[in-house]
Amino acid sequence: MILGIDVGGTHTDAVLIEGFKIRKKAKIPTDAAHLLNSLLQVATEILAGEDPGKLQRVVLSTTLSTNAIVQDKVERVGMVVAGGPGLSPELLPRIPHTFHVAGYVNHRGEIIAEIDREEIAAVGEKLRREGIGRLGIVGKFSTRNPAQEEQAAAILSKDFGHASLGHRMSGRLNFRRRIETAYLNSAVWDIHQRFVTDVLQFVRGQGIEAPIYILKADGGTFDLAGSADYPVQTILSGPAASIMGILGMTKYDDDAVALDIGGTTTDIAVFADGAPLLENLGVTIEGHKTLIRGLRTRSIGLGGDSAVRYEEGQLRVGPQREGPAAALGGPLPTVTDAMIVLKRTALGDENLAAAALAPLAERMGRSVADTAEIIFAEACGKIAGAVRSFVEEINNEPVYTIHEMLEGKVIAPKILHVMGGPALAMADPLGEMLACRPVIPPHSEVANAVGAALARTTAEVSILADTERRRLTIGEEGTQMEIPSRYTMAQAIAVGEEKLREKALAMGARKEDLEIEVVESQEFNMVRDMYMAGKNIRVKVQIKPGLISGFARGQSL
Amino acid sequence: MASKDNKRRRTGLIFFPAFDWAISPSHPEREERLLYTQDQVFEEGLLDFDNIHEFKPGLATTADIDRIHICVPEARSVVTESHLISAGGAITAAQKVLSGEVDNAFALVRPPGHHAMRIVHGARGFCNVNIEAIMVEYIRKHYGPKRIAIVDTDCHHGDGTQDIYWHDPDTLCISIHQDGRTLYPGSGFPEEFGGPNALGMTINIPLPPRTSDEGFLYVLEEAIMPILAEYKPDLVINSAGQDNHYTDPITNMRFSAQGYARLNEILAPDIAVLEGGYSIEKALPYVNLGIILAMAGLDYSSVREPDYHAEALRQNDQITRHIETTVGQVMQLWKKRREIKKTLVGDARYVKRNKRVYYDTDGISEQQEETVRICDDCGGLVMIDSFADTGRRIFAVIVPGQSCPVCRQEGEAFFDRMEKGRYRHIYFQDRDRDIYIAK
Ligand SMILES: [Zn+2]
Ligand SMILES: [Zn+2]
Repeated sequence: MILGIDVGGTHTDAVLIEGFKIRKKAKIPTDAAHLLNSLLQVATEILAGEDPGKLQRVVLSTTLSTNAIVQDKVERVGMVVAGGPGLSPELLPRIPHTFHVAGYVNHRGEIIAEIDREEIAAVGEKLRREGIGRLGIVGKFSTRNPAQEEQAAAILSKDFGHASLGHRMSGRLNFRRRIETAYLNSAVWDIHQRFVTDVLQFVRGQGIEAPIYILKADGGTFDLAGSADYPVQTILSGPAASIMGILGMTKYDDDAVALDIGGTTTDIAVFADGAPLLENLGVTIEGHKTLIRGLRTRSIGLGGDSAVRYEEGQLRVGPQREGPAAALGGPLPTVTDAMIVLKRTALGDENLAAAALAPLAERMGRSVADTAEIIFAEACGKIAGAVRSFVEEINNEPVYTIHEMLEGKVIAPKILHVMGGPALAMADPLGEMLACRPVIPPHSEVANAVGAALARTTAEVSILADTERRRLTIGEEGTQMEIPSRYTMAQAIAVGEEKLREKALAMGARKEDLEIEVVESQEFNMVRDMYMAGKNIRVKVQIKPGLISGFARGQSL
Repeated sequence: MASKDNKRRRTGLIFFPAFDWAISPSHPEREERLLYTQDQVFEEGLLDFDNIHEFKPGLATTADIDRIHICVPEARSVVTESHLISAGGAITAAQKVLSGEVDNAFALVRPPGHHAMRIVHGARGFCNVNIEAIMVEYIRKHYGPKRIAIVDTDCHHGDGTQDIYWHDPDTLCISIHQDGRTLYPGSGFPEEFGGPNALGMTINIPLPPRTSDEGFLYVLEEAIMPILAEYKPDLVINSAGQDNHYTDPITNMRFSAQGYARLNEILAPDIAVLEGGYSIEKALPYVNLGIILAMAGLDYSSVREPDYHAEALRQNDQITRHIETTVGQVMQLWKKRREIKKTLVGDARYVKRNKRVYYDTDGISEQQEETVRICDDCGGLVMIDSFADTGRRIFAVIVPGQSCPVCRQEGEAFFDRMEKGRYRHIYFQDRDRDIYIAK
């Protein structure tokens, strides 16, 4: 038996899955001020009369850290940043309490300038006097050599309980995003810590012994207790939950698009051969560009409640929402009103909807029915246009080899998953516009909870083997080891797979879910003064987002 | 300092490092060349700036090549996919600028092209086709006739670009480079000043070995900028080689990342296209960072090579005086460019020049006789008899862009009359009408 819970912005959903079936669903409004209460309430409700001993796993998805960031209810963080030459500090993220200190690592991981221990101790002293208790320590190219971040952390460790080290956030290169990510990780560290403690207390109080997971932005899970040090990974897990939900409820291995059409916005996600696409570098939250692995989504300002206006001879649909549909008591005609008039939904009072559209129809010199048709077509057209440009953007992403340039994968969606209120009304016309087969997943009202319940543990490991320096570095693990000068790509991949396995297991993965894939393997001859000096081998391995084993996609949920 | 927002420009970046292409495994033009540049650009997070946009390069076509080159026997046989992408990258840069999507663009692509001349029997100086020239003619074809200035800041003389535009009054080619007596390809002296119909449209400014930032910027401010101010081009293109750097393994100059950034800030090219530069770890990451920041109008004052030492790189007084003399000589020629034609050409109707071209990368030698019709109304009809030691002898009739009716008629008539005889092929190229015929 599996319990999945999603604490979303408006609703908190829960599902209980047993024997490949959804046994129970629950849905309550979210108490925005007390997310934990909503979580505990829905859990109590769905577990009523159940034997907690039968639970095999519990997975949560929560907007806790997202909300904290959006509402700016975060801790102050002292940032210790060693950038060396390059971008001027003026061009780095402007985070209060940032101190630029000496220290500089180059792209090879060589230390060009040492850190100044006294300078760092003095920064610690200043932060302590200001009562700042959380730290972020970030160096340029620290994923190529984490030594300086670690040294700085050692100097400051006695005064600061927790420090987020840049290189542990991601193996990818991007100093500015590394700063943002380490900052956010420390900024939500306390609030997440309290949440973990409370949840674990509740769960154990209920007699649940099963492993407890929390969902990440990339649609993967990790052990709740272990999540405490990397809370930033849990931001934006809401959209990830819904996309994983689609994966759990459908059964396609094709390129596909998923639409979640809400009241104000429509979220678009893209699947390549059945797997959801990830952001190249990381997600963006409240203007913070991060290195947090996340599912690639796009949101547009168009939904069922989008207001419809006719101005200067132009019909405008969205992006504002001024209230619910006129048929449901709202102030302005909406897309939903048009759907009501067209009998595409039985949602509200048809007379009210027609009355709301009448003034528009008059100005446009059309019948109410024609006007409704035009509005509906316009709304669908906008969504379809956004999907097309999103897919086109993905297909036009720069590549760096001739092979990818000429033979690279081109995404051509064949399936269109549609969820949300207007799904039933819009799926067919959207499918036609996009030349895709429309699919409305079952149980979509609890898609997020299903997605959380069934998501497997994901992880990534980045390897750089530099045989000239005889050094192998695993960026995000902070690991460096000596290698022989005749090191090969195959050996680097083997090490990557081994480390990834260890990492995923430590994050709570089950052995049967360790589906490892090599996403990058490049090898360069390093030539110096006309002689072969060594090889520069780059490997990235991952466990991509997917369902826990046993749940072959769409099994019979 | 360039940190004020009002100096920000929208900059397009076409980055194509061709990580799977090399001339040979240990050749300077190898897979590794832009690896560390990519590391630096990614690590500095340049692509996250709102005003820096990365674009995927398009693929150039053989028609794009045939617009400017005569490839022997045909374009497809002298290029690989990598050349089509690198020329395509330059074209993409131009498209983004000319459509107004960005204010300027940098095609950070390889392989380079500025040693490729009009006739192509093979590769020379690591170049097969001239990616700037292909881009320039693409611009003229799709965006109308334009006066274009190409400023070649590579350490080697841009002899290919010079050859292609030798007779074109609408293309100003300025090359600054290490003195040809000390470096490949051995040409590029101030006396090389353009063909009879385009005198002054080729400007060569050779610099002595060990010239540093001071010398480069002096030339820029005292020669290049005044010449550009007078010529008033519609577009300025930087043929942006990075081998003037003090760490470059195959040259002897002392230019720095700061110098390159400053040069691009002052020159303010509409389009920059990467050429040479083979100090792949110690120079390219920092030089490219500096150029991109300068083009985008972002503060580059903190860009510095790890081993940079201003004092050690200072040029001596003798070099300074030498450069001042050269600049004086170049400016004299530039001012007198119109008068020179009378004394140089007299009342000749046709002028011939003979040259030998060596394709060092492919080991081919070529003998050329080029004839140009003296014309006051256009760049003049050009005819080339070319014989390479591959055994291929060809003849080309080239009607220039913005051609006058007489040059066109003569060219067409000549091509019709020409018998193949001892020639493997006879080519006809008409840039205005975008016609390319081989018989
Ligand atoms: Zn060069
Ligand atoms: Zn003429």
